[in-house]
Amino acid sequence: MRKTFGDPIAEDIRFVVRSVVGEENFIDMTPNKSNNFCCGGGGGFLQSGFKEERLAYGQTKDNQIQTTKADYCIAACHNCHAQIHELSHHFGGNYGVVHLWTLICLSLGILGPNEREYLNDDLKQVNVFHPESEM
Amino acid sequence: MGDAAIKIGGKRKSVFKDKVMEILPDGGNLNACLTCGACASGCPATGLAGMDPRKFLRMAALGMDEEILSSDWIWMCTMCQRCVYVCPMEINIPQLVYNARASIPREERPKGILGSCDAALANESGSAMATPVDDFVFVVGDVLEEYQESQPEFADMQAPIDKPGTEFVINQNSREPVTEPDEMVPLWKILHLVGADWTYTSKGWAAENYCLFLSDDEAWKHLTKQTAQAAEEVGCKTFMNTE
Repeated sequence: MRKTFGDPIAEDIRFVVRSVVGEENFIDMTPNKSNNFCCGGGGGFLQSGFKEERLAYGQTKDNQIQTTKADYCIAACHNCHAQIHELSHHFGGNYGVVHLWTLICLSLGILGPNEREYLNDDLKQVNVFHPESEM
Repeated sequence: MGDAAIKIGGKRKSVFKDKVMEILPDGGNLNACLTCGACASGCPATGLAGMDPRKFLRMAALGMDEEILSSDWIWMCTMCQRCVYVCPMEINIPQLVYNARASIPREERPKGILGSCDAALANESGSAMATPVDDFVFVVGDVLEEYQESQPEFADMQAPIDKPGTEFVINQNSREPVTEPDEMVPLWKILHLVGADWTYTSKGWAAENYCLFLSDDEAWKHLTKQTAQAAEEVGCKTFMNTE
C-alpha cells in the first residue's frame, strides 16, 4: 500500500481502522508507515524453503507487534497474514491476525459464524450474525 | 611530488552491477553509496546468510559477483524497499537483488517459488495453486448461493464473474476459493452494502504472482497481461488488486 501510494493512503486506512475498532482500541506500531519493517512473508520468502531464516527475519516484526500489547494485528494482504499468523504462534505472542474485512463486517454486525476463522475466543461469539447458520 | 597512485592488481571479475545499472532509471543510483549503513541498520534481513544490504551493494561495487550471486541471501531479502526509503541517495538495492535472482538459472531457483510460478502458468487462472477456471467459477457460485439463503438480508448480494461494464474489476487470492471459501464473503458483503458495481474475471482471476518473486520477467508479464486483458474485455474502468 505505502510503496505504491505513499503515506497519505496509510492515513486513510487508519481512519477506517479507527472507525471500526474505536479510537481507544487502535495502537500504531513503532516505527510505522514508510518506516515500518517488512514482516518477511513477501518477495516469495514464504515459498523459498528458508523457513528458519524467514522466522528470524520476522522476529523484528513480532517484537514490534508484541511491544504494542495489542490483542490483534490487522494484516492487509495474504503474504503478511500467513507470515504474521505463524510468527504469533512461533514466538508465543498468540495475538490474533485478522483481515480488515473481518473487522469491518464484525463492527457492522454482519459477520456470520463461519466467517470467524481468525478471531480468537474473545471475539468468536461476539455479535454473531445468523448464529443458526453455523457449520 | 606525491607517491604514485596505488593500483589494485588483477582484472575485475565481472560486471554484474554495471549491467543492472544499464537497465534501471538513473542506474538505480548504485554508484552513489555513502556507506552510511542506514539500509542495513533497519533491514530485518541484516545478518541472515552473513549478509546485509550495505555489504551486498559494496560487494557488487567491488566486482565480487561470484560471491553475491551464490549467496542465498538474495532469497531472504523481500525487496520491501525500506532501504530505498531511508537511503539519502535512494539507492535501489532491491532491484540489484531482483536481478541477482534473475541471473540464477531458472531451474536452480528455490523450487517452492518455481513451482508456484509454474502452477500459475498451467492454465488461464494464473493461480499459484493451479486451480482451474471452472473450479473458481463453481466455488464462487456455490458459496454465494449458500449465503443468499442462510443470511436473507443478503439475498440480493452478487459475486459476478465476467459481468460487462462494471466500475470495478477485482482479483482474488487463491487461498480463499481453494482452502477457506467463507473468507470471500465479508468482502462481498462490504461491496454489496456500499453499492459497488464490480466483477471478478474468469481468466486471470488469481491475484498472487510468484513469477514476479521468481524474477521470471516473461512469465510475470504473461500473468499480468492475462489479467489485464480479461479486465479490458469486460470494459473495466478501475482495477482493484486485492493482493
